Order: sequence, then C-alpha cells, then structure tokens
Amino acid sequence: MINKTVENASAALRGIQDGMTLMLGGFGLCGIPENAIRELLRLGVKDLTCISNNAGVDDFGIGLLLQKRQVKKMISSYVGENAEFERQLLSGELDVELVPQGTLSERIRAGGAGIPAFYTPAGYGTEVAEGKETREFDGKMYLLESWLKADFSFVKAWKGDTAGNLIYKGTARNFNPMMATAGKVTVAEVEELVPAGELDPNMIHTPGIFVQRIFQGDHYEKRIEQRTVRTA
Amino acid sequence: MGLDKHGIAKRIAKEVKNGMYVNLGIGIPTLVANYIPEGIEVVLQSENGLLGMGPFPTEDQVDADLINAGKQTITTLPGSAIFNSADSFAMIRGEHVDLTILGAMEVSEDGDIANWKIPGKMVKGMGGAMDLVASAKNIIVAMQHTARDGSSKLLKKCSLPITGVRCVKKIVTDLAVLEVVEGGFKLLERAPGVSVEEIKTATEGNLIVKGEVPEIEV
Repeated sequence: MINKTVENASAALRGIQDGMTLMLGGFGLCGIPENAIRELLRLGVKDLTCISNNAGVDDFGIGLLLQKRQVKKMISSYVGENAEFERQLLSGELDVELVPQGTLSERIRAGGAGIPAFYTPAGYGTEVAEGKETREFDGKMYLLESWLKADFSFVKAWKGDTAGNLIYKGTARNFNPMMATAGKVTVAEVEELVPAGELDPNMIHTPGIFVQRIFQGDHYEKRIEQRTVRTA
Repeated sequence: MGLDKHGIAKRIAKEVKNGMYVNLGIGIPTLVANYIPEGIEVVLQSENGLLGMGPFPTEDQVDADLINAGKQTITTLPGSAIFNSADSFAMIRGEHVDLTILGAMEVSEDGDIANWKIPGKMVKGMGGAMDLVASAKNIIVAMQHTARDGSSKLLKKCSLPITGVRCVKKIVTDLAVLEVVEGGFKLLERAPGVSVEEIKTATEGNLIVKGEVPEIEV
C-alpha cells in the first residue's frame, strides 16, 4: 500500500506559495484544519484565495489569516461572526465571492469529479445569477455554475490511515469530503493516524486516492461558537 | 397587540404534519421545534449535515463535533444520519425535504423573498437560504409584519436584494396568517384582537380579503 504519511504540518505544506488557491474544510469552527492554518500563519504565505464555507471568527480559524492580511480573496457562503472580515471587505482590502451553500459544495464536488459546470435553481433571479447563463428545464429556470479546484486542499478528519483513507466524526464532516477530491495536493490532518489495515474498508468516507499527504495533528482546540446546553 | 415570536412559532407548528422532513432556519423558525404537537413525528434537517436533530446537549454531552447550522451544540436521536454538505443540498435541491421554515426581511406579493443582504450595512452572505428557497416544496415564512418604523414588510416588490423568486407559499406574522396567491396576499387568519383594517394598513402589497376572517388559535 502506498504510504502517504508525512511527519508534521510543516512537511505537509511543502511547496505552498504566495498567490495560491486553497480549500479549507469546516462549517463554522467545526471540522477546520487547525494544524494547517497554524502552519500557514507561521509560513506567512500571502495573496491567498481561500475557498471555505465560512471565514472563522476574529481570533480563530481563517480569521487568524485575515488578521495577518494573508488572504486576498474569500469564496464562501456565510462570513458573519467576523468583524475584521467585514472591515476589510467594506474598505476594499479583501475581495469576496459569496456563493449559495449548496452551490458551493456542488462546485467543489464537480471540481473533484471532473464536471466543469452544472445547472442549479439556487440564486435564479437574484444578484448571484448576474452574468451567468440560464436555461429552462421542465418549466423551471436554472443557472449555470462552474467547478472549483484548488492548488492545496486542507481537510480535517477524525481517523485516517497511512494509505490516506479518512473517517470523519459528527458534523465535522461537512465540506471536508468534497474538498479532499478537489485539491491538486490534498493534505489531511487527523486526530488519530493508524497503520493501513486497521480501519474497516466499509466505514471509509474519503478513499485514500484523493489524499496526497496525511499527518497526525496535535493541540486541537475545537473551539465551540455557540455553546448551547439544557439542564438535565 | 399581535403575536409575540413564540405565538408565531406556535401557529407555524400547526402546519407541520406527521412524517415530514423539515428544515428550520435561524431565529423564530428554530422555536417551532418546541411547539410541535404531541403525536406528530417529524425529522429535522440541519443543512450542515444532520438528519434527525435532537435537543441541546446537557453539559456532559457537549461535543464540539456536533453542531447545527446555527453553530449551536446539539445532539443526535435514535435514527439520526450524518452526511456531507453536497449530500445535504442534494436533499434540499432534490426536493426531498418537505417543508422549509425561514425568516425574512421582506416578502413580495409575487412570493419573492429577501432575507440575506442590506446593501452597505449587512453583508454576511446567504448561507444555504438561496438553495432552500429555490427548491423547497413548501416554504413558510416567519416574520414581523412591519419594520420598527411602522413600514410594511409585505410589499408589492421587494426593495432589498432578493434571495429567491416566486417561492413563498405562506406567511405567519405577528398580525396575520397569509397565503401567497395569484394577485396578492390572501388573508387567512388574523391575530387575536387585530382587525382586518389594521392588517390592511400594515400591508403595502395587495391584500385579498374574502368573507369572515377567523382569529388565529394558538
């Protein structure tokens, strides 16, 4: 079995350069590649285009990259909860493409699946449709959306093996499986890295073919945005 | 005068039928889950990748890897399923979700909805709202009938950037229950103590009133 293991985040990010397009998994702060973000901060690469459903919060996740002005453009569906983001956006320092969430996930899936474009009803008749081709199917209007691909995709999984197979946990799965398929280089960080053969092939969410580099992450903070509890 | 947000949620809960898969938006729609009548079994879909959303966790059940689309910690239920975002929107776009309940800043008499952007003020993004309204079999909107300055939010045409065209079927506000029909907003029910005249004044779009309009029972 091909061994995809690299020692750490530093080895996993080898070859990353200014101006690259990156995908970063996660929904809010759930399932984000914390170790890769930390390494991007350390390297200080800049002029990045980041494709991620959200932009983190002011002091965590992609918010940290925004604070250090490493991001040139964000492609996201929802960027609330981040005051620095809003400031850079309104001042024109940051370019933002807002994409409906289902369109975003499908554009990423299409990028990994070799499908250059597809029709979706989401956004028809809104400003999202401006400049896009539209077409009627069975009496309903749709608009043409194109694939997304990345130079590097950073995904976070719960468990992985040395062959690059991944299993996610809970709703930390979200965008990670599609992003894993759409990176020229897909870097997976996992909480637990095991030898090939230890994970049940029936339970694999992302097959190892999509993953070029895998490492065991450390110091996961897993910050919770809205801690909501009930009394027992 | 009129219903408070819990009253709106209670009234909408009566629209939820046994066996439905339902997506609840953030705000008043989330409250609907608290008022679903005994004996009605529904499955709540959270678009970040969970079918069968359970109640908030107790302190010792909190799991950072289990949140809803509002980023709140939640729990699963027996029979829950977890999936990725592309599968989640296949459920939504593919019309497998029976009912979508969401908030709005404006609705037009054609059923257009605006709820994602105030130019120059609020630019947070649409999240999953555009996908939801473009494909839902049935959309119910929970909203205030008028803005704080008294101006109507039920309009001939939306003034804000729209989220979707001709998609809203029913609206429950603090003042009334309305259905979007050919030609305007058909008044179905009025909030206790609110007159048809008052609703007419609060509605900029065409209000269609036919016969006696009963009071909302909550």
